[in-house]
Amino acid sequence: MSEKNDTDSNDTQWPLWEVFTQPRDGKPHEHAGSLHAPDAEKALENARDVYARRKEAVNIWVVPSDQIVASKGEDAGPFFDPADDKPYRHPQFYSVPRVSKRRS
Amino acid sequence: MSTATKELTKQEALFEYLVRLADDRLILGHRLSEWCGHGPILEEDIALANIALDYIGHAANLYEYAVEIEGEGRHRDDLVYFRNDPEYKNLKLVELPKGDFGYTIARQFLFSSYSYYLYQLLSNVEDEQFCGMVEKHFKEVKYHLRHSREWVLRLGDGTEESHERIQDAFDDIWTYVGELFHQDDIDEVLQNEGLAADTVSFKSDWKDLVSDTLNEATLDVPDWDQFMVEGSRQGLHTEHLGHLLAEMQHLRRSYPDADWE
Repeated sequence: MSEKNDTDSNDTQWPLWEVFTQPRDGKPHEHAGSLHAPDAEKALENARDVYARRKEAVNIWVVPSDQIVASKGEDAGPFFDPADDKPYRHPQFYSVPRVSKRRS
Repeated sequence: MSTATKELTKQEALFEYLVRLADDRLILGHRLSEWCGHGPILEEDIALANIALDYIGHAANLYEYAVEIEGEGRHRDDLVYFRNDPEYKNLKLVELPKGDFGYTIARQFLFSSYSYYLYQLLSNVEDEQFCGMVEKHFKEVKYHLRHSREWVLRLGDGTEESHERIQDAFDDIWTYVGELFHQDDIDEVLQNEGLAADTVSFKSDWKDLVSDTLNEATLDVPDWDQFMVEGSRQGLHTEHLGHLLAEMQHLRRSYPDADWE
């Protein structure tokens, strides 16, 4: 039984995978959810059955959940708060000047 | 089987052929649906229920076409709910109880691999409607094969227990696979018209696929020449079919005019 961390020490289930589905050609893959599977091939098949049986996808990615590097809660301050007072980073911040009439 | 019965018309043969195909899929779909809520894990529960629904969908299409060919105004439900076991022409293979997960997977693999080759041929029959239907189903059949084959590899080459269980399953089921390749006058009449698949033509390919998969899964291939049961297409069944039909049909027979509304 895995003793990797506290959360899965009682977990006898298969490894967890994150599923990303691409809704249409040219669209980005989006996180659809997660599932358990013994390996990559079965993760793909399970993803197809769980997340793509209602025509949601044209392509699927599966990624072992433990391979995802996520920012931590305590990072939130330094990571995201500085964006609070910088509305000028949005294009909407700027008013677009009216087109000046061309003089003939 | 050429008996002294009157000549079969093409229409009668096609009706019977479609019903045989449909019966196989309906009964297996029903068996597989018994896993719903009992799958070994959530994801597999959903996968098996999906496949069960695929089969029932294929059967529904086939029955619908069968009653259309018959032209006597029957509804597909008449075939499903109001025939008794001797009138069902499905293979015994598909009516066997679902057993454990290994048993279900072993049967799924044998049936899906057989269907894979069968549908390859059926998608070329000289009947546009039949062809179109088969082509649509074929995509799902390919997935069924992939799903079950990958499981055979994992269970066979998995733990000691999974290996033993799926080996037992194949040994048990083996006697029912001979029938997959039986053909009779129905097949003969239709093959002459380009309306049916000659199953014997892919028998060795199918055996190779099964043997290769079992070998890869570190399983023993049972004896191809052992005793094989027969008679399903004539309506001879195991005792299991009657119980399945009782469960499937009793509501409809108790309330023949019941409606979803």
